Amino acid sequence: MKAFADLYYRLDATTSSNAKLAALRDYFLLASAADAAWAVYFLAGGRPRQLVPTKLLRALTLSASQLPEWLFEESYHAVGDLAETMALLLPDASHTSNQGLASWVENNLLPLRGLPPETLSQQLLPLLLQLDQRSQLVCIKLITGSFRVGVSRLLVTRALAAVAGIDAKRIAQRLVGYTDLAARPTAAHYLKLIAPVHEDGETLSEGQPYPFFLAHPLQLPTEQLAAILGGPEDWQVEWKWDGIRAQLVKRDGQLWLWSRGEELVTERFPELHGLLQHLPDGTVLDGELVVWKQGQVQPFALLQQRLGRKTLNSKILQNLPVVLLAYDLLEWQGQDWREQAQSVRRTQLEEIVLSCQQPQLQISPLISGASWQALDKQRAASSSLGVEGFMLKRKDAHYGIGRTKDVGVWWKWKIDPYTADAVLIYAQTGHGRRASLYTDYTFAVWDSPQDNPERKLLPFAKAYSGLTDAEMREVDAIIRKTTLEKFGPVRSVTPTMVFELGFEGIALSSRHKSGIAVRFPRMLRWRQDKPVAEADTLQSLQALLPQAASPASQEVDES
Amino acid sequence: MDLIIARPEGLYCPPGDFYIDPWRPVDRAVITHGHGDHARTGHQHYLATAAGAGILRKRLGEHINLQTLEYGESLQHHGVNISLHPAGHVLGSAQVRVEYQGEVWVASGDYKVEPDGTCTPFESVRCHTFITESTFGLPIYRWQAQQQIFADINQWWQSNAEQNRASVLFCYAFGKAQRVLSGLNQHIGPILVHGAVEPLNQIYRQAGIALPLTHYVSEIEDKAQISKSLVLAPPSAQGTPWMKRFGDYSDAFASGWMQLRGTRRRRGVDRGFILSDHADWPGLQTAIKATGAERVFVTHGQIHPMVRWLCEQGLDAQAFVTEYGEEAAEAETDFAAESALSPEPSANTSSANQPAAEIATTTATTATHPHLRQKARRT
Repeated sequence: MKAFADLYYRLDATTSSNAKLAALRDYFLLASAADAAWAVYFLAGGRPRQLVPTKLLRALTLSASQLPEWLFEESYHAVGDLAETMALLLPDASHTSNQGLASWVENNLLPLRGLPPETLSQQLLPLLLQLDQRSQLVCIKLITGSFRVGVSRLLVTRALAAVAGIDAKRIAQRLVGYTDLAARPTAAHYLKLIAPVHEDGETLSEGQPYPFFLAHPLQLPTEQLAAILGGPEDWQVEWKWDGIRAQLVKRDGQLWLWSRGEELVTERFPELHGLLQHLPDGTVLDGELVVWKQGQVQPFALLQQRLGRKTLNSKILQNLPVVLLAYDLLEWQGQDWREQAQSVRRTQLEEIVLSCQQPQLQISPLISGASWQALDKQRAASSSLGVEGFMLKRKDAHYGIGRTKDVGVWWKWKIDPYTADAVLIYAQTGHGRRASLYTDYTFAVWDSPQDNPERKLLPFAKAYSGLTDAEMREVDAIIRKTTLEKFGPVRSVTPTMVFELGFEGIALSSRHKSGIAVRFPRMLRWRQDKPVAEADTLQSLQALLPQAASPASQEVDES
Repeated sequence: MDLIIARPEGLYCPPGDFYIDPWRPVDRAVITHGHGDHARTGHQHYLATAAGAGILRKRLGEHINLQTLEYGESLQHHGVNISLHPAGHVLGSAQVRVEYQGEVWVASGDYKVEPDGTCTPFESVRCHTFITESTFGLPIYRWQAQQQIFADINQWWQSNAEQNRASVLFCYAFGKAQRVLSGLNQHIGPILVHGAVEPLNQIYRQAGIALPLTHYVSEIEDKAQISKSLVLAPPSAQGTPWMKRFGDYSDAFASGWMQLRGTRRRRGVDRGFILSDHADWPGLQTAIKATGAERVFVTHGQIHPMVRWLCEQGLDAQAFVTEYGEEAAEAETDFAAESALSPEPSANTSSANQPAAEIATTTATTATHPHLRQKARRT
């Protein structure tokens, strides 16, 4: 546990990738295979289900530190992180036992799940009191499932590659699905990750998918595209769908569906199970899961309603039917096709989808245009079609791994986001590096046009990102000066600040007071030039709603 | 009667007709210490400790009308007995004791209870009413002994020096920098200072505080030595072109705010050393208790939690509205005076043969460096 806590602090202490890489390498070289197995699991984003309810952790800290609850809350708001607050308030041991991470997790932490609250407190506190402050923090983060330390999966992959002395791409492939293990990561799993490569190559076991290849955002004016990308004839152009990226794996008479988070989601999409009979073994498709009705993609908000359900009844399946829009072929007849050219993969993919003849499997259509300007004109239709813009894939591109810096073969050419000028009305202190600064804001628009003297501000979106550190400090200072009321960590302020918000989608919602939900709202800029009275209205927001999302046809019954 | 009340100009003593650390110009001001939010320009008459006189003159001007008292020495003014007592915060820092008709009030300014070698240690003063700061007034703030922090700093420096990387330590130029200096192991390598730090070192040395030898980077002839050095610079130097001369350096920040991961990460430095010139939570509690006061006023920092906590402990606690160190924002505070100083003495006065002390005197007059503005960074 101590060694892993030390690794956490080394990783946390630096922003340099090389320093992080060195820290990871040092750890893996010294750790036992069993400990390393769990370390890879946590660092690559694996999260065991929460072992102890947060409420109980708070109660535990209160009784151990003998502080009143309100003072704990004040402390928590200053720190902005529950595990860190607890570690700062709990008494700590001056030195930590040498018990390894694997033993600590398997013998001490996992058995806590499901214990009755009283037994749990009795067992947990003595465990935590064996640890020094650093190890306490890391341990609590493992317990709450909030362990994050600014290490990308790619970096873990590179560190393992260096330790194992094999290609990072190979590690990436072996690592797919590692964090989804229903079984616990064991020494054997870890040794398999770093095992030498066999001459005869490796076949993926069972339903294992390939690492997803990701595109870079293209942020250039249209007239410069030809100079950077060459002519559009070298590129395969597709719509950029607003759904869930997924790989469909058919092997050994079985079907697996993986989301981009490498989560197995087969059970969530029963309508795709029929493809089992129609796809040959040794086939892996890459595509987008979307809700599809009347030949048109539906807003992401509707797909989200499906994801939120534990059980899918026939009404939902009927109202929100999902299809896979296939756009790439990664494996065919049991062969890895990722080194084939994009255009070759595409031709074969079209054949497969065509011969499959199932409505749940569709091909993502290609768009053609004589010039980038001509394509740009077609791209303008994106909003009305419910898509985010274009994907550009070089016709000779291989299917790479992750989002690598140097490869310019897959681009996302998105349309500009929707925008609205909104008024900051509530603020809350942030978490992590924004703790104690008011950085999380609620924004409102007017409920009616300016000619109504009675009009009110109606909250419609929360946003946290988009400001520079300097702007954040400035806004923080204004919030402190214009505070009207404090409700716990939240302050209401005199409306004085207007921000241009950008968002990716807009839909009707019966859950929001404004009747509108926006997707991925963020601050584009601070409109210091704009008086509050000139902020947008609910009416101007409603005008942005796509036709497909009109109330009559789309609002799904919340019952 | 209340011997000290909050007025728009600052804390005011009605029977004595004077202010303590006022933030607007007044006739008579008693100054607890030289930090910018306590010692301001424009008062007609200043009263401060003899130990703090050098700092005050340096910061507010040589010609201020300044009267000084030794620690413990007292003065009668309109029937009010005024004396100054060590606050252990920075060189010359004081608590102000005010006695009138048998009633005793103490205004503590900023204080730290752990003794350090660079200023007279905090002394508890018995009183009926105590006015306290609460910069770190939450139980999450508990400091380790400074020897432990110094050991960590020296270890960090040592390990950087072994890898030929300069160690840049950001800290406030007045107080913190000298305290860090006093704890450095000068056998590891040369100690370099920014132009905002050296004039204050000079004042400390004149006050008889032993500090290790410091240099400007321009004085280092063997450039290889730079990669073995520890560099003390004010936070405002972070991200300025001056930093470029240290190559691939490791950086750190020394402050009580480094206790929180969030603040440390916001600073964007490699290391955070938790070294504060303010009392931590246990320190505040001990100090308040030791005064024997039944009434407590809280001036700045975590005001509301401290007031509520003290009330729950059975004391009569209230808040004073002041303009001392804004809540939480203090982590970002720099002194304008320091930001305006050049990182190095100007070229025509700098010479490798000249002792550092002489060069330092020229620094204060150097014009504002155009690059000394902290850059806004995207998150």
